[in-house]
Amino acid sequence: MSASTAVRIGTEPSKITRWIILGIVGVVFALPILAMIEFTFRDGLSGNYTLGHWTGLFTEESARTYRGLFQAIGNSFLLAIVTVVIVLVVLLPTMILVQLQFPKLKRVLEFVCIIPITVPAIVLVVGLAPVYSVVVSIFGSSVWTLAFAYGITVLPYAYRAIQSNLDAVDVVTLSEAARSLGANWGSVLWRVLLPNLRRGILAASFISVAVVLGEFTIASLLNRVNLQTALLQVSQSDPFVAVIFALLALGFVFILLLVIGRLGRARRDRSAS
Amino acid sequence: MTVANAPALVSGGVETQSRRHQLAGPAAPRAPRGFVKYLGLTPFALYVLIFLGVPTLLAVGTGFFTEDGAFTFSNVIGIFDPLVLNTFASSFWLSAVTAVIGSIIGALVCYAMLGVRADGLLRSIVDSGSSVLAQFGGVMLAFAFIAFIGTQSLLTRTLIESFGIDIYANGPWLYQVPGLILPYVYFQVPLMIITFMPALAGLKSQWAEANATLGGTRFTYWLRIAAPVLAPSFFGSLLLLFANAFSSYATAAALISQGSQIVPLQIRGALVSETVLGRENMAGALALGMIVIMVVVMWGYSVLQSRTARWQR
Repeated sequence: MSASTAVRIGTEPSKITRWIILGIVGVVFALPILAMIEFTFRDGLSGNYTLGHWTGLFTEESARTYRGLFQAIGNSFLLAIVTVVIVLVVLLPTMILVQLQFPKLKRVLEFVCIIPITVPAIVLVVGLAPVYSVVVSIFGSSVWTLAFAYGITVLPYAYRAIQSNLDAVDVVTLSEAARSLGANWGSVLWRVLLPNLRRGILAASFISVAVVLGEFTIASLLNRVNLQTALLQVSQSDPFVAVIFALLALGFVFILLLVIGRLGRARRDRSAS
Repeated sequence: MTVANAPALVSGGVETQSRRHQLAGPAAPRAPRGFVKYLGLTPFALYVLIFLGVPTLLAVGTGFFTEDGAFTFSNVIGIFDPLVLNTFASSFWLSAVTAVIGSIIGALVCYAMLGVRADGLLRSIVDSGSSVLAQFGGVMLAFAFIAFIGTQSLLTRTLIESFGIDIYANGPWLYQVPGLILPYVYFQVPLMIITFMPALAGLKSQWAEANATLGGTRFTYWLRIAAPVLAPSFFGSLLLLFANAFSSYATAAALISQGSQIVPLQIRGALVSETVLGRENMAGALALGMIVIMVVVMWGYSVLQSRTARWQR
């Protein structure tokens, strides 16, 4: 059906309607972000503008002043990496196993993976405090242990990304074919299943990174330092730098998610051809 | 992807493996039997048990105990304290208002996006922009709104200096519950776009064609066909938005540093307060109250969601 037919019989908005809606909503949603950018060029309360807050970031002095913030960014990336490892080592094999061996458990697994939406972080953290007093006595109080909690936080997102890939690929037939050709389970997994699930795995990893970099609730209430808690801390002494880093973080994650989107699209293109 | 190219992948290994094939015999999957085969599920089960099951039970359970470990209903009854009930009411209204506004604006954007190429740049930007704002914002959205309409923002000062309008004439509302409405709408609309877009895109063009063939107008199409089909999905998304606002903490915590005007902030107060003894168990009772509401809302969501699925085959 061509676009003009779609407009005439009413399934699609006309071009004008579309651009009016998208234009208004787009502008309204751009304003707060633009206000953040404007804010980073302000010279204190004087009303003048300066590049100082941006150039000041690259001086040696700021490296000392904001050591805490840079440390926190490091912490957040470490947490993102450990969380992705948890997703790949704990969740992914379980999902493949359930798909291949326990199809009846699929609904149960889905239910479990959706629970973290119903039990939000602010509730979970009440019970996590006692759990973490045990975790600290086993693993010490290093920052990375927080990733155990983040693995739960990202569960719904990672599950959905991997499951949509699992549903699109007939893993049962693929692995039976590979088995019938004499492959052992190791090479079925490594040479047949993982290459076919590559996009789902990448999407799950990226969305996990995005969620972990944005996490505030658990870190804040368990008194850990990550990017978000440090940003809030810094905003009280130097709001300009806090806003600059918030913009950089928003931009970074936007690009990360844009890449996921393009990956998903490439997949659809290939299956269509 | 790649059901199509899968045979190529497998056949690449044929040569090396055909020798082993004879030894391995026919392809009966020789999975271990009985209890042993469930061993593969234990790492995940243990992990979820320790970091999701136990914390949830602890969060809900502590509400029933005193500091000394004695069983009590006093914390749970404490929820019905007028002060706490007020907080639940504020949370409820904040979530309801932002969910309704967010779902209507979000649905309009989804409508506007109909017919936009699914693999085009515009769709990519809207998708990832929505994900960023819906799932990543938190503290940073608070910054954005302080920069946008805070007391020192360009907009606020321009309004005062050029038009004599002081939007803060009635006090610093941005740092109170009404101030949360705008930032919350700012992450509710993108969430609506993410969750509602698939339903709207699932409308079949044949339905519109049938409607047109039978002499229906655009209006009858949207009223008699699209609206009933979309209704479960729309109200499901509305409930999801409600749950999202109800459980959201970061933006509120960044904007409101003192006090406990909504339930998540009250949990913060109960967790971090060192002055009032035994408040930690109050956090448990509040968590219980929150979970009860979340379970009801999410149950409604899943019921509506399964109704939606009927039309998406």
